[in-house]
Amino acid sequence: MSRIQTTFEQLKSSNRTALIPYITVGDPSLESTLLIMHTLADAGCDVIELGVPFSDPSADGPVIQAASERALKNSISLKNVLSVVSSFRQNNKTTPIVLMGYLNPFEIYGYQAFVKDASAAGIDGVLIVDMPPEESDPFSGLLRAKNIDLIYLIAPTTTKKRAKMICDQASGYIYYVSLKGVTGAGNLDISEVASKVSDIKNITELPVGVGFGIKDADSAKSVGAVSDGVVIGSALVNLIYQTTQKSDNPEDIRRAVSEYIVTIREALDSLA
Amino acid sequence: MTGLPDNKGHFGQYGGRFVGETLMHALDELEETYARLKDDPDFQQEFDRDLAHYVGRPSPLYFAKRLTEEVGGAQIFLKREDLNHTGAHKVNNTIGQALLAKYMGKPRVIAETGAGQHGVATATVAARFGMQCQIYMGAEDIARQTLNVYRMKLLGAEVISVESGSRTLKDAMNEAMRDWSTNVDDTYYIIGTVAGPHPYPMLVRDFQTVIGREAKQQCLEQTGKLPDALIACVGGGSNAIGLFHPFIEDSSVKMIGVEAGGDGIETGNHAAPICAGKTGVLHGNRTYLMSDEAGQIIETHSISAGLDYPGVGPEHSLLNDMNRAEYVAINDDEALEAFHLLTRIEGIIPALESSHAIAQVCKTAKQMQKDQIVIVNLSGRGDKDIHTVAALDGIKV
Repeated sequence: MSRIQTTFEQLKSSNRTALIPYITVGDPSLESTLLIMHTLADAGCDVIELGVPFSDPSADGPVIQAASERALKNSISLKNVLSVVSSFRQNNKTTPIVLMGYLNPFEIYGYQAFVKDASAAGIDGVLIVDMPPEESDPFSGLLRAKNIDLIYLIAPTTTKKRAKMICDQASGYIYYVSLKGVTGAGNLDISEVASKVSDIKNITELPVGVGFGIKDADSAKSVGAVSDGVVIGSALVNLIYQTTQKSDNPEDIRRAVSEYIVTIREALDSLA
Repeated sequence: MTGLPDNKGHFGQYGGRFVGETLMHALDELEETYARLKDDPDFQQEFDRDLAHYVGRPSPLYFAKRLTEEVGGAQIFLKREDLNHTGAHKVNNTIGQALLAKYMGKPRVIAETGAGQHGVATATVAARFGMQCQIYMGAEDIARQTLNVYRMKLLGAEVISVESGSRTLKDAMNEAMRDWSTNVDDTYYIIGTVAGPHPYPMLVRDFQTVIGREAKQQCLEQTGKLPDALIACVGGGSNAIGLFHPFIEDSSVKMIGVEAGGDGIETGNHAAPICAGKTGVLHGNRTYLMSDEAGQIIETHSISAGLDYPGVGPEHSLLNDMNRAEYVAINDDEALEAFHLLTRIEGIIPALESSHAIAQVCKTAKQMQKDQIVIVNLSGRGDKDIHTVAALDGIKV
């Protein structure tokens, strides 16, 4: 059983909601990314999504765009992303790691080479924002052969027929995009999210995580009540950025991230 | 080859639909609408009527006698897209897409622009159709193209400055895609070239093929035969595909696409993805791209803002791989020289983009026989570039 599957089954048996943070690798540095990953795991996160920096992040809002630009200034590449996961795995064998990014860096790395290196590094899943199932061949087959989950997005605009097709192709979990727009946008409509998540759960056994627009304990709690997991991206990336603007002491980053995650963990656990 | 793309939008291994899930439904909807309307007589009549009476088509095919004598080879004909309303071929496409928006009931249109030509062409049709219009333009380009920015504002469009990334055309396209994802219900995205996710490369091509259809007929009328070669500049490649496409099955007709060589291919400062790039995925399609060894898109350079783009339409990538068209690069200096040459000996001021094609025809025609014919797409007029050229010549206008 894959790490992602194990994680969600354990959560389900204890009636808890997955907390899935997203950070951009290399913002502010590779060393800090490793520290933050351990901090997230220690503070009670269940799956960690690592953003692979890309020069043209056309589905991301300003916060993650800026983080990507900062990481690229540090010359962070997919190779660095794999190496930070290898380092993380030396001390953590259980927390699933999912890479989230755009296709071109993966395509240029080479699909064969990537799945080999990703598998060796201990990566559990991949979410390529601009690769819908229709365009996933041959990457999807290569990932499947190495038991790396291919996670797909479902959006508010996705028709039921399409959602079924996506669920048939996906593994690991489904990432439901809670609003029309880019990462970090506002205006969550919880009843709309609840209804869409319930539609998705009618067509698949896969757990459904929800992201885009969740920023604090309250929004996490309301989304957590109607889904299997909440993804927190822009709010966390922004917190890391704001903290590093004030201090370059790793301990300050660790404390800020930990305190923030703990409040969200507690809010989610109050649902159980 | 003329039957492409396939039903998933692929031109061989190129093209396709690589976008975030939020946009997939909108693209399906656009594809269905276009499939229904493209053979609809009412839609076609409205499009043709606008091309005739609003754009001013057909554009002339002009025998450039003095340029021909100067070069001393094949007879050079210019397809005068510079004489269209708004001064370039771009309006053929924006009229077509604004009509699609109208039939789809979308009250708002958005577009990306580099030099501002597509932005102006979009703002123009938005004014003509009474649509709300927002144009995304890189902050760098806004500073370089103040005249076109003001033109767009006069036409009632809002110009939104894009501050992310390299603050140029590719970033404007990213921002337009973000806007479309957010406002997908009421907004139509008018892409300005034969790139982007399916069905854009196909429908923009279809709207631009009026150039090649007219050129073919005009050439037969004026010379009694088909041309021997076609030459057009290639940024995204819409004017080139518009000229080339109706001739693809005519195997005797050679096709040459001219990319922006910038400071020279060897310097790395250029915008010539087919000549010097590699294949990859950007802005919704797989094609030749300028990207580094880590897969990041690299900044491009060209004297002409309209060619300053790191990708190219997927159909061009296929035409290249099949050796049906040849792609070459012309440097900034050569383009500038051609700009002056055409202005002085034909009394036609070409756009800097089109000047790349003029520079190439000077090389190509020279190698051809005097009874041979070559058609150059003069895709736009150079009024917009006067300030750039003056500055390069050290003159303050």
